[in-house]
Amino acid sequence: MSQTPSELKYASSHEWARLEEGGTVTVGITDHAQDALGDVVFVELPEVGATLAAGDDAGVVESVKAASDIYAPVGGEVIAINEQLEDEPETVNADPYNDGWFFKLQPSDTSELDGLLSAEDYQKQCDDE
Amino acid sequence: MSLLTTPLDALHRELGAKMVPFAGYDMPVQYPTGIIKEHLHTRAAAGLFDVSHMGQVVIEGQGAADRLESLVPVDIQALGIDRQTYALFTNDRGGVLDDLIITRWGENRFFLVVNAACKQQDIAHLRAHLDGQSLTVLEQQALLALQGPAAREVIRELCPGAAELVFMQGCRADIEGVEAYITCSGYTGEDGFEISVAADRAEHIARALLSIDTVQPIGLGARDSLRLEAGLCLYGHELSTEIDPIQAGLMWSISRARRADGARPGGFPGADVILQRMVDKPPLRRVGLVVDGRRPMREGQEVLDSGGRRVGSICSACYGSSVGKPIAMAYVERDSGEVGTSLQVAVRDKLLPVTVTAMPFVPQRYFRG
Repeated sequence: MSQTPSELKYASSHEWARLEEGGTVTVGITDHAQDALGDVVFVELPEVGATLAAGDDAGVVESVKAASDIYAPVGGEVIAINEQLEDEPETVNADPYNDGWFFKLQPSDTSELDGLLSAEDYQKQCDDE
Repeated sequence: MSLLTTPLDALHRELGAKMVPFAGYDMPVQYPTGIIKEHLHTRAAAGLFDVSHMGQVVIEGQGAADRLESLVPVDIQALGIDRQTYALFTNDRGGVLDDLIITRWGENRFFLVVNAACKQQDIAHLRAHLDGQSLTVLEQQALLALQGPAAREVIRELCPGAAELVFMQGCRADIEGVEAYITCSGYTGEDGFEISVAADRAEHIARALLSIDTVQPIGLGARDSLRLEAGLCLYGHELSTEIDPIQAGLMWSISRARRADGARPGGFPGADVILQRMVDKPPLRRVGLVVDGRRPMREGQEVLDSGGRRVGSICSACYGSSVGKPIAMAYVERDSGEVGTSLQVAVRDKLLPVTVTAMPFVPQRYFRG
């Protein structure tokens, strides 16, 4: 059974978003997503400084089985990327919600988070897949 | 259409396998361990694979060797009892209908293992070419593969009678009180065994094997990456009716006796085309590619030369867990296929630098005695 922490918000395309204390948003892919992908062997991340709108392509995650696009769950400027994933992409499998984060955004409009799914609704979507 | 299941279906589910449809069967693609760890475990110890979806067929009767020789470019007459050979069913245009392993069980008795996806077509093809010999499909027979450097010690423990087999040799043996036909063969490049047993005893054997510390269950995902690292062809990827054995780099599978200057030249479907190919050299060749970087390649992607001209395409790709890099097999123009050539692969919107690399990507470790 995959984990879906209740304090996070979710996109139907399987990214999670966490509003940090300083007002930034950390983004990664869900436990359900990493489990479905299988062993992750490559992650392509956006460039620091890039400005993304909600729903924009933000990178690619490639596993032993498939390639999958990553979308920005909310809009904003990319202020950090997880460089550890370049050499240790398997971190996404091992710890999708913490060490396996993908990038951090300075959101242009924090209220966009309200448009994302709750843990409960996201879990329901996964159960229906 | 509902999927067929193998005799180990319940065991796969109990072990937490992810099941996927493959060649009409519901098969385990991986277990909770994951494909990379399963792959590495097989190279380090021993992996147990359920390959019961493959077709097991017995051809028996006077003239069986001749009939088989009319379908495959192999010296079947010279095959010893309990010895095996790799073979190709060719078609009249020199293409490949399937690849298979033939084991001689007796003077006029042969055991064939064919690909699951080609099974029905192969059986029809065989029936159409038999001449009074019988064909029996072993529907009630499972097939397990035990592969890896620890496989021989495991067999020594559970089935001492088979522990001295050398590569491409088989024997009848008792394993855990069950009669089996065991061969020293496989699809990983490692030393290993394939065990043909009655379907209703397969789970008993599988559990006995899995009870040994060094043995882990391995799914189709790692089976594919292991065979790719070993440079072995997969029908439907490296082999098809559109690809002749020479282009596929399988000239070694055409027995000396069946070649133009051999004792019994030709006499198999497409022999004229294939024997001429041996002289002319096909325009494309099968090569190994290794990526300079970490981004994986995928089947179907185009291969370009350093100037950006298309020279071929990828037929199989995976993350080579033992190589530690993404690897692939591709068909490329002959001149672009020399080992060491720098090429590019078009991956989505990027061009990945790749290098033509000798195969197998990892050393084969077959036990030849």
